[in-house]
Amino acid sequence: MEKELAKKISLSINESLKVKKKIGKEVSVAIAEAVAQCKVDVVASYPITPQTHIVEHLADLVNNGELDAEYIPAESEHAAMSACIGAAATGARTFTSTASQGLLLMYENLFIASALRLPIVMVITNRSVSAPISIWNDHSDIMTMRDSGWITIFAENGQEAVDLIYNAYKIAEKALLPVAINIDGFILSHVIEPIEFLDQELVDKYLPPLRMKYKLDPKKPITMGAIGVPEIYTEAKKAQDEALNASYRIIVNAWKEFEKLTGKKYQPIETYQIEDAEVALLIMGSLAETAINAVDLLRKEGKKVGLIRIRLWRPFPLKDFLRAIGKIKALGVVDRAVSHGATGGPVGIEIRSALYQSNKRPRVVNFIAGLSGRDVTVEDFVELFERTYKAINKKPKFSYEIYGVME
Amino acid sequence: MPKDQGLISWKKLAPGMFILEPGNSAKFKTGDWRAFRPVLDKEKCIKCGLCYVFCPDFCYTKDEEGYYISNLYYCKGCGICAQNCPKGAITMVLEEA
Repeated sequence: MEKELAKKISLSINESLKVKKKIGKEVSVAIAEAVAQCKVDVVASYPITPQTHIVEHLADLVNNGELDAEYIPAESEHAAMSACIGAAATGARTFTSTASQGLLLMYENLFIASALRLPIVMVITNRSVSAPISIWNDHSDIMTMRDSGWITIFAENGQEAVDLIYNAYKIAEKALLPVAINIDGFILSHVIEPIEFLDQELVDKYLPPLRMKYKLDPKKPITMGAIGVPEIYTEAKKAQDEALNASYRIIVNAWKEFEKLTGKKYQPIETYQIEDAEVALLIMGSLAETAINAVDLLRKEGKKVGLIRIRLWRPFPLKDFLRAIGKIKALGVVDRAVSHGATGGPVGIEIRSALYQSNKRPRVVNFIAGLSGRDVTVEDFVELFERTYKAINKKPKFSYEIYGVME
Repeated sequence: MPKDQGLISWKKLAPGMFILEPGNSAKFKTGDWRAFRPVLDKEKCIKCGLCYVFCPDFCYTKDEEGYYISNLYYCKGCGICAQNCPKGAITMVLEEA
């Protein structure tokens, strides 16, 4: 009798393990393994904190013969992105990763990658920008490439980061545009999480080999990066802009297909308790998970609060956002970067502009919080909710405020 | 209605503004921003071909009589040929609108 019970229990444990197959991994390592599962041809990168573990592990995989790819240890991030551009132009599946100053050093090449419609995938472990020099997390690096024409997506946890890698190649190669996956430096990159990987079979099914219609091929030469005289530059930019906007459909479809395969649902705008909310906060990245706890806490007190999380930052999902705001009266936008001398943080500016497209406009309060690894706790979010509540009846004095500054 | 300044519809551009036909740079007219045009005095010309050698745009080709003639479709009017002509046979003449 006991034996039978023990057998049953061990069977069910095995069963549940089999179904979930969650493995404890550092998120950076998990990302590298997901990239390897996508069978990349070329990895070009330069180490920078907090990104290094990702490419370090990829270098290991290549060195150990587990990944059949060309690993290019570039002399700088500028060179790394250049190598990715060159590799992608020949039809290779490419990967790179960077953060902060590294992203800034890549800067001029970011615009070339998108304008040449090259499906490069890059993970940015978001880190603040110097000076003062700091290795900790905020979004001031990624916000500088807001206008670069890259599809830009934010992950909230390690599992999402891994899933979004599979999605990124699917999206990039269909849209013929580069994709940046953002994870919060250290907060995500250096933690160990239980991660569920896709079976290789499923990855192969979801992600067929890259076949580019136009590529650099001596058998069929074409010109890439030709001069755009004034008579054609405008048309080239219009075509690029249309392509980025059209990628919205491709992104949503890639996520739908992923949902069918895995049961995991990803949307351009994610919401939490928004249906009957009268006040909401809007946030991107891993802090959203802390904010959810604040929502739960306030809901227990009977306050109708909710949360809007932007997963897809570019192309900005305007319609999804306008639908998401529901009946809210005041919206607190939590920025994680300063746009010096502007009317708000980068997200705040975007949200105000988006709301101008609608007749239904909640009052917007714009906070800049969590700069360079400054903790934003559940209590802080409760405070931000309270301040947003006050804005329903009283217009805030300033168009934005840096929250949590010691006077 | 202001004049349409575009060369081609954005819808007709290949992705990334790639040019799918190789060797097409010969079609690119570089001769339309010229201010001065080289004019050859055949009386002075000794057919040495230095203009052909120095022309940065390969505009010069030899004609049947052996004179080097610049192709004004490409000539940008830089004047290097005139500077290097040992006989002063090339003069740069202002292009009148």
